[in-house]
Amino acid sequence: MLVLAIDTATPAVTAGVATLAGDDVTVLAERVTLDARAHGELIMPHARDALQEAGVALGELDAIVCGVGPGPFTGLRAGIATAAALGHALGLNAYPVCSLDAIAAGVDTGEPFLVVTDARRREVYWAAYDASGKRVDGPCVQTPADLGHTVAAGDGGRLYADRLGVRMIEPYYPATSGLVAAASAALLAKAAPGPLTPLYLRRPDAVEPGARKRVTA
Amino acid sequence: MSRIIMGIESSCDETGVGLVRLHDDGTVELLADEVASSVEQHARFGGVVPEVASRAHLEALVPTADRAFAAADLKLSDVDAIAVTAGPGLAGALLVGVAAAKAYATALDVPLYGVNHLAGHIAVDTLEHGPLPSPCLALLVSGGHTQLLRVDDIATTITELGSTVDDAAGEAYDKVARVLDLPYPGGPPIDKAAKQGDPAAIAFPRGMTGPRDAKFDFSFSGLKTAVARWVEGAERRGEEIPVNDVAASFQEAVADVLTAKAVRAAKESGIGTLVISGGVAANSRLSALARERCAEAGIDLRVPRPRLCTDNGAMIAALGAHVVAAGVGQSALDISANPALPVDVVSI
Ligand SMILES: [Zn+2]
Repeated sequence: MLVLAIDTATPAVTAGVATLAGDDVTVLAERVTLDARAHGELIMPHARDALQEAGVALGELDAIVCGVGPGPFTGLRAGIATAAALGHALGLNAYPVCSLDAIAAGVDTGEPFLVVTDARRREVYWAAYDASGKRVDGPCVQTPADLGHTVAAGDGGRLYADRLGVRMIEPYYPATSGLVAAASAALLAKAAPGPLTPLYLRRPDAVEPGARKRVTA
Repeated sequence: MSRIIMGIESSCDETGVGLVRLHDDGTVELLADEVASSVEQHARFGGVVPEVASRAHLEALVPTADRAFAAADLKLSDVDAIAVTAGPGLAGALLVGVAAAKAYATALDVPLYGVNHLAGHIAVDTLEHGPLPSPCLALLVSGGHTQLLRVDDIATTITELGSTVDDAAGEAYDKVARVLDLPYPGGPPIDKAAKQGDPAAIAFPRGMTGPRDAKFDFSFSGLKTAVARWVEGAERRGEEIPVNDVAASFQEAVADVLTAKAVRAAKESGIGTLVISGGVAANSRLSALARERCAEAGIDLRVPRPRLCTDNGAMIAALGAHVVAAGVGQSALDISANPALPVDVVSI
């Protein structure tokens, strides 16, 4: 089956086209730009360019996969809004995947590991995986600290390797192959996808006003 | 052959999707106007919380689009062009609509037009009152904007004559409502209280009306402070606050300045038509006073019905239709939302 994958949960603006046959994911084309401030501008052009390079028309797609974070809010929403509108207009299912799971799907190590991404404000998003790559804890957001693991993937691990006490492994960002692999069970089952709900993990910053300030002394 | 334009609006706290038909003669017909509002989620904060608004847009966009197509009895594949608010507005909120619009345009293989929210507030009037004469004058008043504009061509040529130097008129309403312990948003409750009050009870200041002030600019910050001072003074003296009189006198000051400057601008430029739009255009005193003063000055006054004055997708679809009809080039797929898009940039 032909799948379009989209992720904007990290500084990587990622779109790619892949085929999924059994457990085999074959990436036909992919566009990635590292720019934490261009998600809204680039995600749709990237998807269009990847489709063009893969020689796949939008109408030939069987499904869409979209990373739903956790990730800094504004950029994250660019990818999700794109996937939601594409799914709506094309009449396709759009499958949400945890963006940390998409990174984990690209990890090749024989031991348990963390996936850590940058949550800004000196915090990280993280999840823990067992040696087989199954998520066993998270996703969470917190200040970087020793989480009891020795290896970590994800760009957040690189930023805070010392405080996390980890050795870095690849990949650093979600990629098309990992996004499709993380969604493969749902894709193959042709299950009805859950809603494309962002994993914000934080409440909006907003304070209720206190007593009205007087303008006269 | 007529064309169907889909309009997407997400600049503040309303998620709007509108559908219009652009006829061959250039007239634009409203087919659907669906809005999902997050205003209730902001009420306890006393103003729009950008992150709350952005989250609500993402949730509401596709369902609102679905409702619009159902209401118009159209399919997505009937759409010939997509227009979306590219600015001005809240950055994170705009981005949701722009990202979705790019995806709709690509999936449906139709042109995309990133357009100006403020111009949309003017264009919406053509859905109700037909083509705009050229030139005409537009007064935009809402929670986010207070502007006096000259419109030579709604699709291409808009010039700002003046704007607020501090608060928007609607913002002043929200702040004064808080002083009077009235709910948010402040427009409707103040309008209601004012109807029972005496507009001449308190002489509140008329901002920016001195001989050396910019002729067509506005200021509402001083007025808002004057109301707060007056209320605090009465509280200190242990008097009961005459809420209705304060509301009526405040509202009179706002309506007086807005209409006086708009009518003066029309007279000085020899323009015979004034359009008043934006959320505050629904205010009963503003429209009554504008009607009175325009009639006196021989100016044709156009005010869209209240539902069209507040933020919605139909106004963006209507503007999109005029931009399409004018043959303006489509927007690139990598356009950015621009929170500070200048009013003279009708499409990007
Ligand atoms: Zn508006």
